This record gives sequence, structure tokens and C-alpha cells, in this order.
Amino acid sequence: MFAYIIRRTLYAIPILIGVNMITFVLFFVVNSPDDVARMNLGMKHVTPEAIEKWKADHGYDQPLLYNADAPGVERLTDTIFFEKSVKLFAFEFGSSDAGRDIGADISERMWPSLAIAVPTLLLGLLVHVSFAMLLAFFRGTYLDLSGVILCVVLMSISGLFYIIAGQYLFSKLFHLVPVSGYEPGWQAWRFVLLPVLIGVFSGLGASGRWYRTIFLEEINRDYVRTARAKGLPELRLLFRHVLKNAMVPILTGVVVILPLLFMGSLIMESFFGIPGLGSYTIEAIQKQDFAIVRAMVFLGSVLYIIGLLLTDLSYTLVDPRIRLS
Amino acid sequence: MPEMRAPEPLSNPLNPVARWILFILAGVVLAACNDQPWNSPYPPDQAGANILYSSFNARPKHLDPAQSYSANEAVFTGQIYEPPLQYHFLKRPYQLEPLTVTEMPRPYYLDAEGRRLADDTAVEDIAFSVYDISIRPGIRYQPHPAFARDGQGEYAYHRLDAAALDDVENLDDFPLSGSRELIAADYVYQVKRLAHPRLHSPIFGLMADYIAGLKDYAVTLREADKALPEARVLDLNQYPLSGAQVLDRYRYRITVRGKYPQFQYWLAMPFFAPVPWEADVFYSQPGMKERNISLDWYPVGTGPYMLTVNNPNRQMVLERNPNFHGERYPDSGEAGDAEAGYLDDAGRELPFIDKVIYSLEKEAIPTWNKFLQGYYDASGISSDSFDQAIQVGGGGDISLTPDLKARGVHLNTAVSTSVYYMGFNMLDPVVGGDSERARLLRRAIAIAMDYEEYISIFANGRGIPAQSPLPPEIFGFREGQAGINNYVYAWTERGPQRKPIAEARRLLAEAGYPDGRDIKTGKPLVLYLDATGGGPDDSARQNWIRKQFDKLDIQLQIRNTDYNRFQDKMLKGRAQIFQWGWNADYPDPENFLFLLYGKNIKFKHNGENAANYKNPEYDRLFEQMKNMENGPQRQQIIDRMIEILRHDAPWVFGFHPKQFVLYHAWYFNAKSNLMANNTLKYRRIDPQLREQRRHEWNQPVLWPLGLVALLLVLMVVPAVVSYRRHENRRVQTVQS
Amino acid sequence: MMWVLLWTDALVFALVAVIVTFVLYARKHEHMRAPWREVVRGRIAVAALVVLMTYTVTGLLDSVHFRKALPMQDGQQEVQYAGDVVSLLDGLLGDLATQVEKTYSAPFATTLYTRETVIAEDGTQQRIFPRLKYGGAHLADPVSERVGDIALRSLRALGEALLIILLLYALLSAWLGRRWNTGSAAAALRMLRGETDVPWRTALVTLFVFVFLAALIVNLASVWHVFGTDKVGKDVLYQTIKSIRTGLVIGTLTTLVMLPFAVFLGMMAGYFRGWVDDVIQYLYTTLNSIPGVLLIAASVLMMQVYMDTHPELFETMEERADLRLLFLCLILGITSWTGLCRLLRGETLKLRELEYVQAADAFGVAKATILMRHLLPNLMHLVLIAVVIDFSGLVLAEAVLSYVGVGVDATTMSWGNMINRARLEMAREPMVWWSLLAAFSFMFMLVLAANLFADAVRDAFDPRLRAQR
Repeated sequence: MFAYIIRRTLYAIPILIGVNMITFVLFFVVNSPDDVARMNLGMKHVTPEAIEKWKADHGYDQPLLYNADAPGVERLTDTIFFEKSVKLFAFEFGSSDAGRDIGADISERMWPSLAIAVPTLLLGLLVHVSFAMLLAFFRGTYLDLSGVILCVVLMSISGLFYIIAGQYLFSKLFHLVPVSGYEPGWQAWRFVLLPVLIGVFSGLGASGRWYRTIFLEEINRDYVRTARAKGLPELRLLFRHVLKNAMVPILTGVVVILPLLFMGSLIMESFFGIPGLGSYTIEAIQKQDFAIVRAMVFLGSVLYIIGLLLTDLSYTLVDPRIRLS
Repeated sequence: MPEMRAPEPLSNPLNPVARWILFILAGVVLAACNDQPWNSPYPPDQAGANILYSSFNARPKHLDPAQSYSANEAVFTGQIYEPPLQYHFLKRPYQLEPLTVTEMPRPYYLDAEGRRLADDTAVEDIAFSVYDISIRPGIRYQPHPAFARDGQGEYAYHRLDAAALDDVENLDDFPLSGSRELIAADYVYQVKRLAHPRLHSPIFGLMADYIAGLKDYAVTLREADKALPEARVLDLNQYPLSGAQVLDRYRYRITVRGKYPQFQYWLAMPFFAPVPWEADVFYSQPGMKERNISLDWYPVGTGPYMLTVNNPNRQMVLERNPNFHGERYPDSGEAGDAEAGYLDDAGRELPFIDKVIYSLEKEAIPTWNKFLQGYYDASGISSDSFDQAIQVGGGGDISLTPDLKARGVHLNTAVSTSVYYMGFNMLDPVVGGDSERARLLRRAIAIAMDYEEYISIFANGRGIPAQSPLPPEIFGFREGQAGINNYVYAWTERGPQRKPIAEARRLLAEAGYPDGRDIKTGKPLVLYLDATGGGPDDSARQNWIRKQFDKLDIQLQIRNTDYNRFQDKMLKGRAQIFQWGWNADYPDPENFLFLLYGKNIKFKHNGENAANYKNPEYDRLFEQMKNMENGPQRQQIIDRMIEILRHDAPWVFGFHPKQFVLYHAWYFNAKSNLMANNTLKYRRIDPQLREQRRHEWNQPVLWPLGLVALLLVLMVVPAVVSYRRHENRRVQTVQS
Repeated sequence: MMWVLLWTDALVFALVAVIVTFVLYARKHEHMRAPWREVVRGRIAVAALVVLMTYTVTGLLDSVHFRKALPMQDGQQEVQYAGDVVSLLDGLLGDLATQVEKTYSAPFATTLYTRETVIAEDGTQQRIFPRLKYGGAHLADPVSERVGDIALRSLRALGEALLIILLLYALLSAWLGRRWNTGSAAAALRMLRGETDVPWRTALVTLFVFVFLAALIVNLASVWHVFGTDKVGKDVLYQTIKSIRTGLVIGTLTTLVMLPFAVFLGMMAGYFRGWVDDVIQYLYTTLNSIPGVLLIAASVLMMQVYMDTHPELFETMEERADLRLLFLCLILGITSWTGLCRLLRGETLKLRELEYVQAADAFGVAKATILMRHLLPNLMHLVLIAVVIDFSGLVLAEAVLSYVGVGVDATTMSWGNMINRARLEMAREPMVWWSLLAAFSFMFMLVLAANLFADAVRDAFDPRLRAQR
């Protein structure tokens, strides 16, 4: 098992190099370092000398990928790519093009993101599973049918609409929660409440339906039929056996996104003015701050790979027959 | 399988739902316990405090006075730094007055050999203008760790090693702080910083042309900087600058090349505010930058406020500077100020407000909603919320809607000292150049571009159509019939009237494009608008512009790019038609008319003349006008220059936006001053009134919660009923 | 008239060709016909199919582009063409595009939504809601005549719709009567009672709804702004209809673009294993681990720069916007093919162990032949399911991407752009709600139909599900 983890970690390295390469190429085809410089120097009175100076100060004055003027190995190392990428592997994100330390920002903005993502996930699981169980329990009745139709309808509504409508109703008309913003500490709950509820509600359609299918699959298994034939009350059956077994695919599906919770929700955060990593990323895209985007892409990839690893591990925990090799 | 006995059988499927309702109710109760409205975005302990709430929409990039130039930075730098001069808060036209100096500096002139000249010497003979500036003694800096001394009287934090910074995350983590008196050397130090090789002062290029020796000084510093190891800082005090010299503790001298009367306006900007050398030493220690501790983040000044929290992810906080030298509210203003209540506080000690909290607000709509709920004290108005706020009365006069009036909201309007225009690239073969054909085409477009409609749709009437580059309140602007652009407008008793579209079509035909088609080839005329931005509002604007060109049957293609590419295109002279704006640095016509001065062209020279317009007569007049005192003679020259511009039409003069600011009843001394940026100290609020109003306006509406609960119950009841029935049946079948 | 073939047009027609070939192919093979027959037996599926077809026809009409010729001038040598590209749909919608008001007006309004200062004849200024230039302009007294006019026109639309449907019903009866050898009257009766295998009655009812809507548009939209106007006075209904094509293109072309990659790479990885598998797995894990939005954002920005630096490649704004749309599809495709690829790889791993594949291998059949003959047909149902399921997700994704600022061109009419603009409008007081409502309801209808249809397709094709029932 330990060896397996080591091997998977090693396997992650070429992937991360590939990721870095892709983002790097994309962003420097988009933006020559000159553009980045001009973007950061502001609007009035920008001279070519100032641009050169800025590039030199921020380490953008070297060739992009291959330095023909340098001797030996330095042809590859004296480049923007090498300089800027290698440090990422040590999680040194450096400073953004606008001059602020990215690591400090990430560690600060991670918390608001988690404050939304974790309750959304937990509450979502609770609500969605309960809802799906309700439908599974009443399978075949009008309740089930209307529930499934409701799911499809909810699924067909754009997520943006939930946010727009929720914010309009609960903040603007009913004065129940602040319109937007964030406050660290316990006060955060007032700001987090609405995004979490919207997040849970907007996921209800897809998850509810999917979980219902899982439950039905489980209910149709032989052991359930046997138990039912023995006269076990339906509810006990559902909670004791079906729920327990159905939670396996549900939870393993959740594990892979667990690490990504750090990244926050792009749309939700920017609508509600939550200073999390999601809005951080969007702002960076809009401001074309390459350093931040590169850091976030890298972080996202690392977290994704961790998620895959966790999924594999959780399979072995759930089902001892699977051996990692 | 061994049966585990659950203490309570999970027999009720409603449990999760019920628990959930309980959770909400608990939240509601919890919120109700706090003595503030539920939707308050602020912590409860701030209720009733003398705090002003405002917002910022992008984090200020630079708060270092050598680098800061943007308006959103000036909001902060203006309160923190004190340059020698300031604009009078109330008087109009804008007028400079001393801030930290004892009297207004008056330049004297020298010839090339350094001999003193009479004040009325001709401009050509003046080689240098000398400003001797003497500051008031006794002004002290805000408390700051850079000044802190340890027991031995040495600077406590000037030689920190990496280990000492381990526990430091922001400036508050330094326990000691100190202060010292402001001296003339601090001002000179800042002038030198404009040429600092590691800073990028946006006005260095401009100032290098004016301040004596600054250009060479930058070279000297660059050489010196290269010789230094990375970690060491350049000690600017070691390198003298001929154009800025310390005379004694409280006096310094700035020498400007030639005659440059506008220089006094620069002395009112943070670029010329004092910076203590201690700050540079303190901030440039290794490890500081990694913790975002730098002058850009934690400015040091003598002003009425100091920046205590700078978290660009969430909020920025200005607090009263305990060492502030004190200043009194002005006791005179322009006519009408007393009636408006702007003089009620005359003679009182400034500043009034203890603390200002700026919260990050990315989106306009939440900001506006929070203003309506009383959580922001003042607000600009976005075009989309305009109808909610403003109604234009029967006589075209502007007033607030009854709803806002009932809330006690006040409105302030001022025509800003800016101009938005549509420019033609004069290097372009179709629309540019000096040919009569192109000129007629440009004039036809100028008539077709119905800026009155633009203002009414996109700015809700918040602007006045421009007749020339000069906005009102700037010397040279002419009111009424004398001021209209005769090529585009006709004067009627109801004011200027845009010429009919038929006239524009006639001009177009005369230019050789009848009905928008080339008279020879029949090819439709296609023009290109080079624009930036692809936001939702941008596309509405661009659709509108296409509509205007459609009136002439000209096809307008829009080439959207990002701001960088756009700049690049402009620099390479590849744009055809573009839209741009200019916001005055200082209230002088030179600052507008230089936008069309031939030596300032954008193409290759990267000047501010984006249209690349070049007219020898205009240029000659400009050079003459530049250094004149305001007076009839200057007015005459300006009139002639504007006439040239109207004839050549390198711009479609767009409009001068009007600034509308709304503020609540508890907000006082709200007069807008578009030149001064240090106006915060004059403002006053009444926190009690605000607290009361917030409660009145934000009564939570509870019935939707009940409705949601009811819906949940309705959803679950049939489930329970049918479950019961189901179980009963099962029991029956088992029994039978 | 000069026909213009935009890139997406070409691909849309290619897609149509592919579908037609597929249908012809499937007709001949019973094992493919059977599940389809099952699909069209469901009532919901048929209703959804009719909805989808309606959208598709609209989208196809909007994909035939041309430029109008300008009238000849004296001494002109060659014919010159107007600069703006229009589609057949524009021709059908008539003046809808050109009936532009000054600014916002509500659905069926006769005045603007905002007050304006006008100078009355006696010289005084007044703040009134000015009459619209087109909306209800044919009425002398809008207050009293409006409801009557709308009702009258709706009634006429209803009559027309009924007529069309009855005609269709008759034609259908005749055709089915001949096929079943029962005579058309009997066939008509069977349909009416809902006794047919394929629920023709449902299809006709759904179709009737759409024909009625179309008739309403034809009757009402020429004189009313049915969904109001937007900020610059453009008809919202027109924009919503034009957005259909954008939604469809993103939903379908994206999958079309990604399919060859996903299918062949997935099959190759599963079949060849070894280093091929390693390389392909590396490729999709790498792509997959980049957060999707970031990859899309970066690529869209890159493409934008390319377009900005090569303005000479695009003669008109439409071409430019079109290319951006195509690129968006490509990029979305690149980010979304990995899931299907992994699925196919897994399935191929299973299939290659099957006896007949092993046997073919042993007989020395060429590898390419094995892939094409034996593996591909057995994977097609997975591909099909993935395609229909992805469709609705992609239509929804467009809106989100437009919000982030990396969606379709701002000049392209799309639901995403409309919803994005609507955010600003919601803050107005009184609120401007009709853009959001129009975009939302059109989009909702399409996505709902697609979801329902996808369900039916999955139920019919997924053998695992079929076994369960």
C-alpha cells in the first residue's frame, strides 16, 4: 500500500510538468511579457523603458522556453518557464504579477472557500440522500414520479438562475441575509447561509436523481428481497441495509472532489462577494495575472491527483477484496 | 449478522428534514438576538460607531506616492499623504491653497547662466523656474514601526534578520512604533524617488523633461543600483539632485526647466508628498516583500488618516492619525455654500470621522442594494439603477424619486473635468488625413453620432454633449451660443440643436459616398471601430454605435480587443476609429488641448494625442497658449484653436459626464470636489440617525420562511400518509 | 444574393449528413432499429423529440447564410453586396430585426419603459412615456384597443395552427392507412384513440403547441414586441430565437469535435495496452487535472489574441463571431472528451477479452479491422448515450462561460449573453424582467426536452438498465 502511494506520487510528477507546460504555452501565446508589463504599469504615460524595467524586475526578461545564448544546461534553465515552474513544485508560488505574494493570499482565501464548500457538500449530501431515499421508498407511486419530474425540471434550469433569483428574493426583497460580503469568524454564517442553500438546492435535481438510481439498484438486489421476505420492516431495511450499501458509491464519488473543495466555487463566490479562491481565480483571469492563474492551475491539478489517490484508497477501505498493485 | 439495538429506532423519515427546519429556526433566533438588522453585513460591535462605510472595487495597485496615479488609489493616498498644496474644498473655480507650506510658493526665473530674471521676462529667455518652498514646523508623521527606537535610541526595526520576521504577517505584528517631525528633506527625498530605478513612477518621463537634472539623476541611480548587491538599498541621500535641494530644516528648492506655470498643480498631487527615508530602509529589508509589507501596502504619511488594515481580499480601513497636525474647516466658500449647509462646521477641528471601512465590492448591483439598505453612506449611481434614484422634473431639472426623498437621501451633481470622445486615426487612409473628402466624412459622422441619445440611454442624462475638448469649469470653456460647434449644431432658442441627418448625408455624398457607397465603384463604405471590452454593457453600447452609422448607411465593423492589444494598436497607428476619454490632471486648458498637440502624437511617440492629429497652426498656438496666464488674450487663442479642431474634426466631441453622488441624510459636507482627493477630512456623519434608519429599513420579511416550511410539510404529508397506508396493508397481508 | 458558408454552418451541415447516414445505416440493421423503436414508443420521448426537432429546424434555417446584393448604381461594373450576413431565418422573421425602438419597452407595450422629456406643442417640457415606433403603432388608441387586437390576432393564430395541424393529421392518416392497409379513416381513428405503437397523438399535440406558437409569432410579432425590447431597443423575441442556433451549435458541434479523439484514443488505449495505453492515459489525466474553466479561459483568451492580430482574416463581424463560436466548441470539446475516453477504454478492455475478438486476433485479422469491425459497433451505444447526455450540460455551460467572460462573442446572440445582461436589468427599478424570462424559458424548454430525450435513449440503449426492468 505504501509503495503504491509512493508510485502514484511519482506518477504525478510528469502529469504536473505537462500541466505546467500547457498553461505556460497557453498564457504566453496569449500575452507576451510586454503585455503583462503594460497591464501592470497602468494607463497613463507608459514608456518602453518602463516596460523593459518592469520585465527585468519580475523575471520576464529571459527567453520563454529555450535560451540559445546560454551555455550547456542553462539553455533550458535560464528561461522564464524553468524559473517560474520549478518553484511551484516546492509550493513556492512567488508573487503575483501585480506584486502580492500568492502563497499568503491562497492561505487566506482558502478559508472563505471552505466555509461555503464544506457546508454545501455536507448539507447537500444529507438533503440529497434523504430526498433520494424518499423517492426510492415510494418507488413506483405518484410521489416518485413527481419527484423524478421535479428533478429533471430542476436539472434543466441554469445554475445562474438559482443564484440570481435567490439573491433577489432573500437579500433584496425579504431582508433576511446580507446582500453580499464576508466576515471572518462566527459572523461568517450570515454570509454563507444563502450561498450554501442555493448550492444545495441547485444540486438537488442531478444528485437526487442519481442517488435514487443507486438506491433502486440496491433495493433490487437479492439480499434485500430476502430480508423483505423475512418480514423486516421496509424502513429498517432501507436505513440499515440499503443506505449502508448505497453510501459506498455515493461516498467514493464524493471523495474525488474533496480536495477540490479548496478551490471554491467560481460563480457563487463572485456573485456573493466571498473573498475565496474561486473569485480569486476569476479575477486573475480577468486581469490576466499569469502568475496567479499558473499557481491556481497547478494547485488544482495537485488536488485533483490527490483526489484520485484518495478514491483508490477509499475503494480498498470499502472493499477489502480490491488490492492496490 | 448481530443486530445492534439503536436506542431510538429511526422510524421517522422526516427526521433530517425536521432537523433542517430546526436548524433554520435556530439560525433565525440567533440572528434575532443580535441588536442589529439581520441583513447587516457588519459585525454587531460596530453599531452606532462614528465609522464611515464605503467600498472599493479593485484593489489599489500602488499606494507608494511615487507610483500611485489611478483614481481608486487617490481615494486612499489623498487622505494619508500631504503634498505641499491642496485645492480649497469649497471655492470654485478650483483654487490652490497651502497645505503643509507656510505660503503659496511663487517661482522666480533664471537664465541659462543662473542669473535672476524679472518676473515678466519673455518665455523664450527663461531657462529655469525656481520654487522655494517652506513648510510649517511641528508636523509629525503617523505612528509607524519604521520610526521606532529601542532602549538605546537606535532604530528598532532597521536591521531585522529573517528569523525576526517569522511571526510577522502584517504591520501590526511589530510591537513598537514611533514618529518624528516632518522636515524639508522628506519632500526632496520623494522627488528623488521619482527617478528610483526600482520604482516605476508613471510621471518620471514627464517630470524628467521639467525638473532640472532628473533625467541624468535616473542614469546615475541606475548605475549605482547595479553596483549594489541585491539585498542592499540605494541611499538616495548620498546622491544629490540639482533640481531638488534642501535649503534648511524647513525649506527646500525645486528647479524647473523653462517656464511651466502648471507645475504648481503637480505640487498638490501625492507625487510630491513627503516620504521619510526610514520607510524605505524599513520596507526594503529581506523578507518584507514576501509578507506584502511595503510602501505600496502600508503607506506612511502625515495626513489626517492612516491605513491600518490593508487586506485587498476583503477590506481596507483608514483610521484617524493621532499625530495629525490639526486643521480647521474652511470658513468661506462660493455663493450658496452657506445655504447648502456646507459652512455649518466652519472653524471646527478636522477630521470628523474616526474610521472609514472600505469593503471590496466587485459588482455594482450589490453595492447599490446595500446603499439602499443604509449600509453604505454614499453611492455613485450606475446607469441601471438610475431610474430608481432620479427623476427628471417637468422643467428638465433633476430631482430624486419620491421613494429616495422619503428616505432622506440627497443628491449632488457636478460636471466632471473629463471628456469622452470618439477619435479618428488621422493616419488612416479612409477617415484620416487632411483631404477635404476625409474631413467631410468625419463631419458627417460627427452629426450622425447622436450623443444626446447616448447620454440619455447609457448615462441617463448624466452628461452634457461636448462642443469642444474643454469641459465647463475649465478656463476657455464658453457657454451658450458662442460655445457651440457650428459644424454639428445649430443654435435655436431652445439651445443647441443637432443638425438633421439629411445634412450629414449631404456631407457624405459630397465626400463621395452617396448612400454610404463609393461613387465610383459602388462598394459599400465599411469603417472599423477599434474597441475594448466584451462585457454585456459594452455590447449594448456598440450596438448603439452601429445604429448611428446605419443612419448614414455606413457599415461599421467593430474590432474588439483587450486593453493591451488596443494600446498596441494605437501605438502602431493601426486603429481607425476609437473611443477614448481623458480625465484632467489639473484644472488648466493645457491639460486638455495638449491631447491634440502634434508633438504628443501616439504613433511611435506614445504621446497622449491618440488621434495622431497634427496641424501646424494649432501647434504654434498651443505653444503660445501653454505658458500664458488666464485672461482675454488666452481665451482668444483658445477660441481659435477650438475652431481649428471643429473644422478638421479629428474627434467627434462626445460628452462630459456628470457626476451624481447620492448620500444619506446622516452624511454631511458632501460637496463634490473633483480636483481635490483629500476631502475625507471634511465629511461628517451622524451615527445615531444611521442606526435608527437601518433598523427601520431592514425589517425582515418572514412569511416566505413560513411558506417554505409549509411547502416542505405539504411535500412530506402525503408521503407519511401513504407510508401509513402501506404499512397497514402490509400488516394486513401478513396477518391474513 | 451571395451565399455565405460560415465555418459552423459547414460543420452543422456535416453533422446533419452524418446523422442522415447513420439513420440510413440503422434502418438496415435490426439490432440498431430495435432500441430506436423503443425510444419512439415513449410518449414523453416523442414529445421531447418534437420539441427538439422544432429547435433543430429553427437552428438549421438560421444556418443558411447569405449577403444581399445592393442595387446597381450608374456606371458600376460588378455587383456589390451588403456587409451584413443574414440567414434564411432572418428572412422568415421579416422586420423583427429592424424594428428597433429607442430603449427598453415591456412585452406588448405601446410606450417606452422609461420616461422622457419631450417638448409639447405649446413649448413646455413634459415627462411622459413616449409611444413606441413599432410596438402597437398601428393602433390609434392603444389603451382601449390593445387587448382586443392581441386577442384577435391570437385567435387568428389559433385558427391557422388548427388548420395546419388538421392538414398534417390528414396527411399522416393517409400515409399510415396505406402502411397498415387499414384505410386512412381507420388510421385516423386509431391515432385519435392513442392506440398506435408510436404515440402519434402526443406528437401531433406537441406539434400543435409549436405550430400555434409559431403562428402567434407570425401574427403578433409583426406589430408587437412580444417579449419587449432591450436596452438599445432591439426586439427580445428576435434575440431569443436567434440564440437557438448558438445553443444548438455548442451542444452538438462540441461533441462532434471531441468524438473522434475520444473514440479512437479510448479504443486504442484499451486494445493495444502497453505504452500506447500509458501515453493516452497520461494525456487525458493531464488534461483532466487542469481545472476546466481555467483551461477554457486560457484558450479563449489565446484565440482572441489570434483574432485580434489577424483582423484581415475576417471580412465581417459575423465571421469573426462565428469563428469564436467554433473555437469555443473546440475548446469545450478538448476539455470534455476525457470522460468518454476513459469510459471507452474500460469497455474496450472488457471487450477485447471476448472470444470472438480473441478469435479474430488469432486468425490474424488486421488490427484496424478488428477495431472497426468488432469493437466500434459494440461501443456505439455508449457513445450515443454520452452524446445525448452531454448536450444539455453544454447548453447550460454556455451561460456560465458567458458570465465568466470567456463565452461566445458579445455580438453573438446567445442565452448566456442575455442572462448575463439580465443581471444588470434585474437591479433596475421597476425591474426589467422580460429578457431573463425569454432567455430562461427558451433555454429551459430545450434543456428539459434534451434531458427527457436523453433519458429515453439511455433506457433504450443501456443493456444493463434494460436487463433490470
